[in-house]
Amino acid sequence: MPDQMKYIDEFRNRDIVKGLVKKINEISHSKVSLMEVCGGHTWAIQKFGIPSMLPSEINLLSGPGCPVCVTGRGFIDRIVAFSRQENVIIATFGDLVRVPGSSSSLEKEKSRGADVRIVYSILDAITIASQNPRKKVVFPGIGFETTAPGTAAGIIYARKKGTGNFFVLSSHKVMPPAMALLIDEGVKIDGYIAPGHVSTITGSGIYSDIPEKFGVGCVISGFEPVDILQSIYMLLRQINEKRFSVEIQYKRVVRPEGNIKALQTMEEVFSIRDDWWRGFGIIPGSGLGIREEYGIFDAEKMIDAEVEETVEDKGCICGEILKGLKKPHDCKLFGNVCTTENPVGSCMVSHEGACNAYYRFNR
Amino acid sequence: MMEKNILIGHGSGGKLTHTLIKEVFFRHFDNPLLLQQGDSALMKMEGNRLAFTTDSYVVDPVFFPGGNIGKLAICGTVNDLAVSGAVPRYISAAFIIEEGLYLEELEAIVSEMAAEARKAGVLIVTGDTKVVNRGQCDKLFINTSGIGELDGKYLHISSGENIKAGDKIIINGPVAAHGMAVMAARSFEGFDTDILSDCASLNGLIAGVLETVAGVRFMRDATRGGLATVLCEIAGNGGLGVEVYEEAVPVESNVKGMCELLGFDPFYVANEGKVVMVVDPADAEKVVEKMRKDPLGREAAVIGEISAGTGGRAVLHTSVGGKRIMDMLAGGQLPRIC
Repeated sequence: MPDQMKYIDEFRNRDIVKGLVKKINEISHSKVSLMEVCGGHTWAIQKFGIPSMLPSEINLLSGPGCPVCVTGRGFIDRIVAFSRQENVIIATFGDLVRVPGSSSSLEKEKSRGADVRIVYSILDAITIASQNPRKKVVFPGIGFETTAPGTAAGIIYARKKGTGNFFVLSSHKVMPPAMALLIDEGVKIDGYIAPGHVSTITGSGIYSDIPEKFGVGCVISGFEPVDILQSIYMLLRQINEKRFSVEIQYKRVVRPEGNIKALQTMEEVFSIRDDWWRGFGIIPGSGLGIREEYGIFDAEKMIDAEVEETVEDKGCICGEILKGLKKPHDCKLFGNVCTTENPVGSCMVSHEGACNAYYRFNR
Repeated sequence: MMEKNILIGHGSGGKLTHTLIKEVFFRHFDNPLLLQQGDSALMKMEGNRLAFTTDSYVVDPVFFPGGNIGKLAICGTVNDLAVSGAVPRYISAAFIIEEGLYLEELEAIVSEMAAEARKAGVLIVTGDTKVVNRGQCDKLFINTSGIGELDGKYLHISSGENIKAGDKIIINGPVAAHGMAVMAARSFEGFDTDILSDCASLNGLIAGVLETVAGVRFMRDATRGGLATVLCEIAGNGGLGVEVYEEAVPVESNVKGMCELLGFDPFYVANEGKVVMVVDPADAEKVVEKMRKDPLGREAAVIGEISAGTGGRAVLHTSVGGKRIMDMLAGGQLPRIC
């Protein structure tokens, strides 16, 4: 199957990469900080060794783009509390299993006998619910605009099928309020490498406030080395020319209007609410709650649980790392107390987390 | 007349056990040492150094594209001996069987084990069978132990104590096929691939290399944890570093595609027929040439070298020209891969 790698190899072409690095060097004149706000970018930047190719003036910051990392401990505590109930099955994506709550994690509960199953799709969770009609099956919905439509479609499907023992605990979030908040709080960001997958759903319009209000450019980027380097180049040009706008580098996937069907599905099931972001606190209008009409699928409303008091981890500076104020190396715990084998904060758990990516690729 | 399924009675030590041993295990593993039927196998060994290893196999599913748990149980143990520089000779095989396993399946597994043992030139000389209640194990678990003869001049190979800066790192072919074949065989509905496990006994290929050059400093089979884990182990050994060139490491395009799709890094995915060698730079070319003459080494390649300067780290030169460290895997990438 020689054609199989099409759309990947071209974007990992050494010569094109070399050419882009040269162009970046030519126009890089002053110190700039560029922030990526998608965990996929964080991971790709470190995996391909991109920082080692860039001139030293360019500082790449990782923002709050890893869904697991910004998920509050209270959410984990609630899911853990559900998992301790005899008649509950937790059907979850794998990356949530090791995330520490205040005193436990799904992984620990599983070893104590909780029924925690890893699924690759919300539809698998609904299937588990149909196969176990006497159990309550809870799917923890996390992630941004990328994953929220999938959860919404799952809920709609469960209603159609009449799967009454299926529930979602939503911690879904939307990205723009956090991006605006960072600049508003004074974090020095000269340009955003904007999230490719989120934008595939939302389109490019959601970022228009950022150049308009704050004079910071956004380039929506793909995930391959050529994509990321080209996006950096485009941001540098915006900075040099003082022409701040939202540009799409990831044109082969992202349309300015987004994915209308997915947006409608999301809108149908979720409504905007204030939400808690780990390391940030409450960000107004940044969360997605399940609408009243779909309330019977809302685990928060339908399942009682004794949730322990949430205790934040001490010493872990995830919050400042998620805001781009500090880098993983600046954390006292990084690499000694907090490792991928024994993570303290969720930024070390998820492979999209900045601490995890730095620990594995850039220690 | 044999039953169609394994019964608890097949593990009782009574008549059913004897029938099973005779009609399945003896028939396939057939050799004079096994047929002595004593409580221990009694055998003669040349020389005075032995290599001894053991491994348990719990792969899920028991049949996967390119092999099954039985073939794996032979290859894995043969390879553990061979990469220590030993010549594998004798194998023990212990079976823990779940009640209800189809006898047909057991026989298919056992016959492939026998075939692989013949191919590798080892004798299965002793064994054990236990049957547990349904649900108390998953179909079939196998433990094999192996004994090999070790020439004193290869004592340094398993510890890697002679590794020096400048040594070349060689692999005998494309990585990550086993892990992805097993992954594809697991319940992925609508997921159809032609990926085959690379499961194979490497003692022939390794013996060929050892006969050709004197400069083999270290060998390890890159199984669970994949190539990256072996490279990290080498890097952690005595403070030397490892430099690896991503584009030099062979990966089949279908394996690469599946890894991309499912988010796996092929460097961390399990292999069952790959040996990583560290050799004297003067011998590197000869080793690659020799390997390439063997069907199991056609795509052998130099993938990196030992360096003095990276302070016990493995550094990867990425295919796009970047540089980063390569770390050991934390936790399992895939449970029950072998």
